[in-house]
Formats: sequence, C-alpha cells, structure tokens
Amino acid sequence: MRIAFASGKGGTGKTTVAVNFACFLASSHKKVQYLDCDVEEPNGHIFLKPDLEKKMPAKVMVPVIDKDRCTACGECASHCQFNALVLILKDVLIFPELCHGCGLCARICPEGAIKEGEREIGYVEKGYAHGNIDFVHGVLNVGEPMAGPLIQKVKDNYKEDHIQIIDAPPGTSCPVVKTIIDADCVVMVTEPTPFALHDLKIAVSVAQTLNKPIGIVINRENREFKPLTDYLSKNRLPILTTIPEDKDIARQYSKGNIIIERLPHYIDNFMELAINIKKLLEKKQFR
Amino acid sequence: MADVKEMVIISGKGGTGKTSIAGALTSLFKDKVIADCDVDAANLHIIITPEEVISQREFIGGKKARINPDRCTQCYICRDVCRYGAISKEYIIDPVLCEGCGACYFLCPAKAIDFTPQLAGYCYTCRTPSNESFVFAELLPGEENSGKLVAEVRNEAREEAKARGVELILIDGPPGIGCPVISSLTGVNFALIVTEPTPTGVHDLKRIVDLTRHFKIKAALVVNKSDINPDYAEDIKTYCEDEGLIYLGEIPYDSKITEAQKNMKTILDFAPDSEVSRAIKEIHKKIQKILEEV
Repeated sequence: MRIAFASGKGGTGKTTVAVNFACFLASSHKKVQYLDCDVEEPNGHIFLKPDLEKKMPAKVMVPVIDKDRCTACGECASHCQFNALVLILKDVLIFPELCHGCGLCARICPEGAIKEGEREIGYVEKGYAHGNIDFVHGVLNVGEPMAGPLIQKVKDNYKEDHIQIIDAPPGTSCPVVKTIIDADCVVMVTEPTPFALHDLKIAVSVAQTLNKPIGIVINRENREFKPLTDYLSKNRLPILTTIPEDKDIARQYSKGNIIIERLPHYIDNFMELAINIKKLLEKKQFR
Repeated sequence: MADVKEMVIISGKGGTGKTSIAGALTSLFKDKVIADCDVDAANLHIIITPEEVISQREFIGGKKARINPDRCTQCYICRDVCRYGAISKEYIIDPVLCEGCGACYFLCPAKAIDFTPQLAGYCYTCRTPSNESFVFAELLPGEENSGKLVAEVRNEAREEAKARGVELILIDGPPGIGCPVISSLTGVNFALIVTEPTPTGVHDLKRIVDLTRHFKIKAALVVNKSDINPDYAEDIKTYCEDEGLIYLGEIPYDSKITEAQKNMKTILDFAPDSEVSRAIKEIHKKIQKILEEV
C-alpha cells in the first residue's frame, strides 16, 4: 500500500502528518517505509532522526561529445527539445542542467560522435528510524534545477511488503506528478486559509487527472472556514481527520519532536486517519 | 532613466510567510511592477485583488508525442527508445509520463507519431486598485516547464516596467530550490529570504542561502513568526553573523495575518498599526537602502 501526502501550498503540515502517521503505524507493529520525495527541501529526517547507513550518489545520463568525430553538423542541437545542446560557430556546447537524459542526440548523431556519460545531481540516503521505520530520502544538489530524476531514484527503493508513506514536494507541477503517479491514494494536508484552499484545488485536480482516491486532512483548524468546507462537500472530498490549531503542537514541531510521542492524545487523530484511509482504499476497489 | 531593479522574495521552505510579506511590501513600495513567480500555486492575487486583466496570453510549454494508430505498425522501436516508460503495450502514449523529448517521433520508421506543442498555462497582466501593473501566471495542473513560465512572467514584468517608466520589480518566488526558483532568482539585484525559527525553516534556509551564493545574488534575511521559538530565532541571528548575511529583523507571529488574508487584504491595509505592520515598515526602510546601493 502506497500513500502519498501532498498539499499544493507549502507549510501546511505535510511532513508533520506524514512522519507522525509513519510513527503511528510503526507503533502498531506495521512494516512501514517513509520516502521523502521533497528532494529540494527534504525535512522528514529532522523529525524521524534516522540512522543513515547508506549514501548513494544519484546520477543522470548526459551526452559526451567525441570532438575528433564531431563535424559540427548541428543535428544533435536541432533535435534536442530542451536546448541542452547548442551549436555555436563550429562547436557544440552542452548545458548538462537542461538535459533530460533522453538519449536522442546519441542516437541521431550521423557520425556516432556522441556517447552518454553520467552526471551527479544529488544523492539518496537510506537507513532506519525509530527502530523499525525504513527511511529513504533524496537530497538535490544546490543549483540543480531538475528534481524529477532524483524523485525516481528515491522511489526505486520501494519495499512492496511495507506500507509506503510518501512525502511529496509542495506545488502542483511535474515534481508532484512524478511523486504521486504510482500512489494508491493521495492525502491532501490543508489548512483553513484562502491561500491553502486556492492551492488545494489545483493539487486536487492534479490527483483527479491521475485517477487517485483523495482524502483531506485539515490541519491547524481554529474555527470553520466556510469556503473550505463548502468546497470539500461540493466535491465529495472526505475529511480523514482534523487537527486543531494548538500551540503545544507548534512547540513540539519547533523542537523537531514527534507529536504523538509528546502529546499522546493526538494518537486518536492518527488512528482515525488510518481507518479513513482504509475506507478510502476500499471504496476504490468497489468502483 | 535608471535601470530597472528586480527584487525577489524566497524562502526554501514553503509556508514561512513569503506571500504575506510580499503583499505587505507591495503596500509600502511606490512605483513598481509586481510579479508572482510561484506559477504552480500563485497566491499573491488573493490579497492584491487586481481589478482589471489587461492582457491574457497562452503559455505554450514543451511538445508531446501522440501515436496515430492508422499509421503505426507496432514495430516496437518507439517503446525501445522511450526512457520514460510512456508508451504502453497497446502503443498509446501516456501524456503524463511523456517528457516531450521527441525520440519516438524522430525515430519512428512509419512516421506514425505526431509531435505538437501543448498549451501549458496562462500569463496575465493586470492593474491593481492603485493602478500598478501586476503580472502572474497559472500553470495548468501537473504541467512541466514551470521555469520557462517563470521566465515569461519576468519578461512581461520587465516590459511593463519599461513601458510605465517604473524602476522596481517586486517578485514573489516559489518554494524549494529547483527549476522555478532558479528561474526566479537568476539576474535579480536582490533576494529577500523569509525564514521561520523552526528546525525545518533553518535547515531549508541554509540551502536557499547556498543557492543565492551559487548565483552570486545579494541576499538579506527576515525571521517571520520570530516568537514561536526564541532559541531558533537566536540561532538564525548567529548564523547570519557567522555567514556575513544581512539580517533585516524579525516579524512576530500574529493571527491577524490570516485574518487579513481572509479579508483579501495585505496586513498593511488590514491592520496598519499592528506590531506586524510596524515591523514590516522597519524592514521596508532597510530594503530601500539596500536597493539604492545594488
């Protein structure tokens, strides 16, 4: 079972909910894997404090040009859709950060002058947290634009016999799609504010395009925010649990602590979340 | 006329208050163009409430491949060359997985693949209630090329600035450190980093500071919600001293910021005499000085 936690807007509590849910499942003797796909700003490790045992460089394919064979015909540059190869005067310049590693240039070069090499864009780390949570995250190198390939490398570590908790990046564009595309359901963590609602709507439409069952966690609820509840009921989006605005939670968060360990009365919320996710997945089977 | 100066507001971590502070600064800076470069989750328009859209342009992203079944001979070559697993056994291309590289299109021996540009979003230029230009964009849900759309927003903002003889462009940036952030950051004169005193805020802060250095952008820092953890707030100050970063000050936590948002107003317009507004006014003065120098 693969559960992705997304939100649209950043800072709504995705990571908080995801790590606490992972800890809740682990404490209920479930096999749990936590995968942090927010590779631009991975934060799960701050709370789960894993013992990281393995660090593997993440590499992508890039063209390497054999200058002796290259005739500067420009075929590679004219075929590349990402402007990663540019013909300037009698020279082909490579912009590796723009390369998507599709390999077309190597196939199209009439002189066979292009081979593919590897380039490091970040790394993947693995280990164990809280004794038995299998932990994986990816860390994108600073200055590196493309998160997508690294997200894939994180996901290459899926353990099918575990419940997989996937922490998605904020936003609603390609990195989010790459993260949630193979999830069984998506939990959207939102808060009762106009900004969060606006971004939630876009994130929901991304998940709907991918035919994912969607459930909502309302975080930092203080009083009813009518536009949010209206939107959820109109679109039949189930609320999986509601976590109140609570200074104690904020305080524990700001210390990097796991909420359900310090404030055990919130275990009920994560129990409710687990039951409702199960319902959400069962409904999917009945469709 | 002096050159147009560009200032971007970024944070690394999402939800530190970038957009609320950007909105507040729009109430303080005179004569500027405002640009929202958080193209996949744009929010600034909610509190700036533009009155009139003066132009709307389509944003064409990359191309996507589609197999024409009438011409397809199911020879397997496209499935073999596609590195993104986008082509099914039934020879249908999943538009979500297709990255638009064109390998299948160029290498198909039966010329059975169409490869056409796709609409990926919209870019809007508006007028605010105080008759200033505001440029923002909407990337269609799940689309790629957000960096390219950011570049379009910035180009449009520069055109507006030129046309209206304005010398400042105020940019609200996206969260993270990847493609759209890099596109929002390159070539600006000054980056304002908004952080919060939490372990995640500090962790992400260091990565965004490294990014500004990577691109040699002058940066200064503001601590938002400064009173939620005084220890971390103090750590951030020390970090700034150690790293030689400009520390502009702190803004206390106040639920009025959310109230302002619900009333579709910036905090400066909603509660001008609040402690938050006073803090932002002080920070604004310091930014003005920095902008005179860059």
